[in-house]
Amino acid sequence: MKNDKKSIIKLENISFSYPGSDKKILNDLSFKLDPNDKIGMIAPNGSGKTTLLHTIMGLCQPDSGSVELFGQMMKKEKEFAQYRPKIGLMFQDSDDQLFNPYVIDDVAFGPLNLGFSQKEALLIAKETLSNLGIEDLENSIVHKLSGGQKRLVALAAVLAMDPEALLLDEPTAGLDMEVKTRIEGILNNLDIAFLVVAHDFNFLKNITPRIISMSEGKIFMDDQIHIHQHEHIHKYGHDPHTHV
Amino acid sequence: MIDNEKLASKESLIHRINPCVRILIAVILSFWVALINDFSDFKFLLGCLFISFIFVFLASITIAEIYQRLKPLFLFLLMIWALLPITFNGDTIYQVLCFDLSKQGLEYCAMLTIKSITIILFFMAFVATMTIGVMGKALQKLHISNKFVFLVLMTYRYIFVIGEEYQRLLRAAKIRGFVSKTNIHSYKTYAHIAGMLFVRAAMRAKRVHQAMVCRGFNGRFYTIDKFVMDKLSIIFFIAVLFFMIIYQWLFIKGLIF
Repeated sequence: MKNDKKSIIKLENISFSYPGSDKKILNDLSFKLDPNDKIGMIAPNGSGKTTLLHTIMGLCQPDSGSVELFGQMMKKEKEFAQYRPKIGLMFQDSDDQLFNPYVIDDVAFGPLNLGFSQKEALLIAKETLSNLGIEDLENSIVHKLSGGQKRLVALAAVLAMDPEALLLDEPTAGLDMEVKTRIEGILNNLDIAFLVVAHDFNFLKNITPRIISMSEGKIFMDDQIHIHQHEHIHKYGHDPHTHV
Repeated sequence: MIDNEKLASKESLIHRINPCVRILIAVILSFWVALINDFSDFKFLLGCLFISFIFVFLASITIAEIYQRLKPLFLFLLMIWALLPITFNGDTIYQVLCFDLSKQGLEYCAMLTIKSITIILFFMAFVATMTIGVMGKALQKLHISNKFVFLVLMTYRYIFVIGEEYQRLLRAAKIRGFVSKTNIHSYKTYAHIAGMLFVRAAMRAKRVHQAMVCRGFNGRFYTIDKFVMDKLSIIFFIAVLFFMIIYQWLFIKGLIF
């Protein structure tokens, strides 16, 4: 893989607040994602996770600090545009991401933008769908898919660009166990770096041992937080459930 | 809302024709009918109506479905029948109260009625039998402006999402006891729901654009096109045009009607 020595993503002292608000969503935050890093992030709502992901992709302009992608300093939109396709960001709401009427068009959208021919893009799209085990959805109409199916298609759309890193924004929100398990399987078979933001500890634990947290605009590395498990017993324990 | 595109999911000869060809045929036939302007061609026009019915039945559309889709047109035609005969200048043939019914007005109404039904039937047979997604792609293949095509495609994609959002907002109001009445509170609630829909749509548009940018979108749209121009489509296209010309020629020569 290229850029072996360089970090894929390197954020230094990033601060961000929304215009007209004093609250710092990102507060002097630093973060690094190296090739083959597999990081899970668990953090409360409103702690700035989505803003962090958008800052990495250049969708939010930080007030201060620097963003480096693949060893290159990112400042202007043009620079971001060049490196963005190498990092796949999956959005929280799949309806935001899948804007084509048909599944196959959406999955082929990225490869077509990368300059592949129609035939190649179609081939890549079909291959990606079959790698995720959803080749039967190829000609489906997006708005008729279920939530879980949409999420898998959105993942396929991101993976079809053959990114070197994945950023997933709550990939399991609102999904049942079956789809969660499928996404776990897909992520475990990937050999690219990823940062997965989720509320679901069990899901994160199954895909990576490295879990970080975020609070008040700062990141806490795994040695600073104390996510842990107990064995316990109660009624209906075999049904999926969560503890607060 | 788009009624689940029932007509598009049928199977028939028309459904097997290349969508680009179907759109072309629908447009050509519509212009052909729309340009008939003289009441002396009325029988010819009735012939066209008959032809449009043949195509609709070829597309295996039932009478009930035809009626369902013509209903909004009938409402429009009713208005025309009510207004046009009394406002059109011409020879008075009958007097109702203080209104003069003009012969030319009635003729004009009859022409409009047959023309509009015929054109709608052509579009029902050839265009309503494809999904909007397919239609968008066919338009693109026919070199219609990219921006327009994507406006159509994105509208088709998101109108359901916005529809669902509207239902969600309305449900949220209803479970808190909202009953629609003729009072200021109801109007206000609907206004707020509409406002909320706009806000959400604007926010969603921003997120959709961001997601597109993340996947390398740079202002140019590329799509996969997979229509095949097969022999059946070409033969069908030529046959329809040929029949149209023959019919017109026979009429001009006075060999029919």
